[in-house]
Amino acid sequence: MAFKHVNKGVRRVDAYEKVTGKAKFGADLEFANMLHAKVLRTEYPHAEIEKIETAAAEGMPGVRGVFTAKDIPNNLFGVIVQDQQVLADKKVLLAGDGVAMAVAETEAQAAAALEKIKVEYRELEGVFDPLESRKEGALKLHPEKDDNQVIHHPLRKGDVKKGFAEADVILEREYTTQFIEHSYLEPEAVVVVPNEENHLVSVYGSIQNPYATRNAVSAVLEVELAEVRVIQNHIGGSFGGKDEVVSAMAARAAVMALKTGRPVKMVNSREESFTESYKRHPYHLTYKIGATKEGKLTAMEIAAVADSGGYACQTPFVTWRSVVQATGPYEVENVKTDTYGYYTNNPYTGAMRGYGSPQVIFAQESLMDELAAELGLEPVELRKRNMYSQGSVTASGQKLERHTVSLNEVMSKAMEAIDYKKKYEEYSREQPGDKKKGIGLSISFRGCSLGAEAIDAAASVIQINKDGSVAVYSGLAENGQGLKTIFSQIAAEVLGVPMSEVEFKELDTSFTPDSGSTVASRATLIGGNAIKDAAEKLKGRIMDFAAGKYDFKIDQLELKDGFLYDGQGNRLATFADLTGEMGNTGILMSAYGWYKSPPISWDEEKGSGNPYFTYVYGCQIAEVEVDTGTGELSVLNMAAAHDVGRAINPENVKGQIYGGVMMGLGYGIMEELEVRDGVIQGTNFHDYMIPTIKDMPDIKPVIVENPDPDGPFGAKSIGEPTLELGSAAIANAVAHASGRRIRSLPLNLERVLIGRALHKGGK
Amino acid sequence: MAKLEVEITVNGEQHKLKVGSQERLLDTLRDELKLTGTKEGCSVGECGACTVIVDDQAVNSCLVLTAQVDGSEIITVEGLESKSGLHPLQKAFIEKQAVQCGFCTPGMLMSALALLNTNPTPTKEEIKTALEGNLCRCTGYQQIIDAVEMAAEEWGV
Ligand code: FES
Ligand code: FES
Repeated sequence: MAFKHVNKGVRRVDAYEKVTGKAKFGADLEFANMLHAKVLRTEYPHAEIEKIETAAAEGMPGVRGVFTAKDIPNNLFGVIVQDQQVLADKKVLLAGDGVAMAVAETEAQAAAALEKIKVEYRELEGVFDPLESRKEGALKLHPEKDDNQVIHHPLRKGDVKKGFAEADVILEREYTTQFIEHSYLEPEAVVVVPNEENHLVSVYGSIQNPYATRNAVSAVLEVELAEVRVIQNHIGGSFGGKDEVVSAMAARAAVMALKTGRPVKMVNSREESFTESYKRHPYHLTYKIGATKEGKLTAMEIAAVADSGGYACQTPFVTWRSVVQATGPYEVENVKTDTYGYYTNNPYTGAMRGYGSPQVIFAQESLMDELAAELGLEPVELRKRNMYSQGSVTASGQKLERHTVSLNEVMSKAMEAIDYKKKYEEYSREQPGDKKKGIGLSISFRGCSLGAEAIDAAASVIQINKDGSVAVYSGLAENGQGLKTIFSQIAAEVLGVPMSEVEFKELDTSFTPDSGSTVASRATLIGGNAIKDAAEKLKGRIMDFAAGKYDFKIDQLELKDGFLYDGQGNRLATFADLTGEMGNTGILMSAYGWYKSPPISWDEEKGSGNPYFTYVYGCQIAEVEVDTGTGELSVLNMAAAHDVGRAINPENVKGQIYGGVMMGLGYGIMEELEVRDGVIQGTNFHDYMIPTIKDMPDIKPVIVENPDPDGPFGAKSIGEPTLELGSAAIANAVAHASGRRIRSLPLNLERVLIGRALHKGGK
Repeated sequence: MAKLEVEITVNGEQHKLKVGSQERLLDTLRDELKLTGTKEGCSVGECGACTVIVDDQAVNSCLVLTAQVDGSEIITVEGLESKSGLHPLQKAFIEKQAVQCGFCTPGMLMSALALLNTNPTPTKEEIKTALEGNLCRCTGYQQIIDAVEMAAEEWGV
């Protein structure tokens, strides 16, 4: 198929604003008469609040109000489980829980007021390890619940006893992963304006999921959804991170905006952001795997325990993705998987790019290399003998047949890109000196979109103005990933207009229908289909009208480059004249688009069903050098091959790959949010290091395209798969180079050198 | 607190301002002059989002007091585009898809500008050194390097 706009590296539609400094982010917003607010957060991970005294703070200069939990109409919210406090009421459950807030004429005055608030706590013992939290008799953190378990997802297939009996080799291994900070460059920021244009409150700011924030604000204020309007501004990165934490911020600002009758702005400092935001879940994983001596997997038994921190947040869904993908992309007859989430008094954990996959992939792809070594097989060979191919059946019993199962293709293309075979052979030989090179790979399958977590549908609106310009609205949100550009390309492609005629409009929850959250790498797939639907409806109307007007059959007409053509390539009219005329004859020139995903299923008890309607496949390979004398680890090269179905914008896809690989590199070898007895050690970028430009390996992105029958123009997902594979590939390369198998992330200096961390809290 | 009088030139415009002795240049730019293109990401000199050019040097405006730059010439991201259009660096950032969320972009552009002003033909390593203090969580940096290389080429001609 020849495309005009789709499958092309067209420029981002929002780039001009961003390179000129014109793009307004949350902290850049100003409204007349605006107040500023700050939150007082507790330093205790677990304590009862005995008394809060606010009188002194209220009397401070410029202060317009000081509020606590008793001022919040409904203090509990949450996307899945409503257990998160807007402000801690009787008990703080984690260090960083807000306990009071002050609003004042300036930010400095609000901050000064916080210093005058007196809170008396009765410190409680805390639970800081999910493995402790799950023990019988453990201190209960949410007294209204039976125990500390947030969730348990079982999956059963075949008979693991029988499977292990058939095995010639059985390995049992434990792996652990760490807390990760999203580290979006822009700290959270919102402004809430009261009583604006028939809305009780309007919420502006850096909001990942405007509908989730609207739900939270309306629930907290106990008002109807229609009274709350959320308008998304430019957002300085999110990666899953600007959901609940921003909803809490918006709800707090909304309460203060209503109390004062004035716009209220809240902007977190980096330290506040670190302290209060949720993190990626640390996992404790135990894997038992059995295989025949020919290298055929016979059974896998997996338990994964996730630290949910003080609140449930997204733990139920994060661990659900883990249960579906825990075996990796391998055919195994007998599987027993259990994933769990437990409350602790640690920072709470939620959605972060990958969403329960990076942890299990690190474990399971490390394990495959360990097994290969045990069996005397090459890592690639063991994978080839077991990995999914067309028609394979997954652990949950889903037959992979509707889309192309391209594991073999992504793997061989990644291998080619980095010259794997040659390097593998070379580095497998004895290497003189301290510096040793190694190469390692990992592969994955990943369910696209939400899956059986929730209803998976999205909306769009397209409006053609009388001059032929096209306004596009979507219920899904730009997070920096390039959604506005992708959706504009799809609209331009269907309507046959130049990109310059397409205007993507800001998301306003009062105008576009609820489309759920911009998560799960679902925007292109689900939202793109909704855009295509609206554009096709309009195109249908245009073609009907044109066929009548020019007396052609519809299939003889074509919309292209802003013109209507007949079958012979003659221009009949401009798009603007034609659609303008339609508008003038009273034809509706706007359309709603809607897309609902194909049916999916899940049996919570057995862990069986068709959890996702399609999957993507990826392979990443890392080439490293380890100094076995000093422990220094350098990642020299990486290749990343991802099947995206169809790349709507290949340059964007590459950007996702580069960014995801680097984030995966941070996860693999650098980043670890140190939490000691519930308290974060170091709340800025000098303590928590993310990869800089100097940490870049040479990255070779490889785009693989096998169009999906259900994707818009065949497109699927790319955002998350790029990040989930790197840590295992690097760990495998380190083992290849040094002979040391590290089962704990990050693979830092000490771990490479002596196999364990030296600092306190290291495992 | 006593206010100090300072005179600074920002993007070619002169400003006489009264500032507190502890006021950061970042706040003067964002709050006083409403030049919100310059971003605040960490406030401690670690992220580079607040980078501006002071007398030809790229500096973190969160670490500089406005009183210290009295008499200086300052360029912010808003000063890049001119009547004749976008600056070659801006064009290259657009062309090479070096922008994702865009929060690091103003600071990246300023660090790159300071580099190209003194070294119009930088090597890849020199680009990396110049941008080392600018964090980006989205792009993985590759397309930013591509953009600076492209701008250097275009600028050269
Ligand atoms: S805000 Fe100045 S370096 Fe981060
Ligand atoms: S583009 Fe988002 S931080 Fe660089």
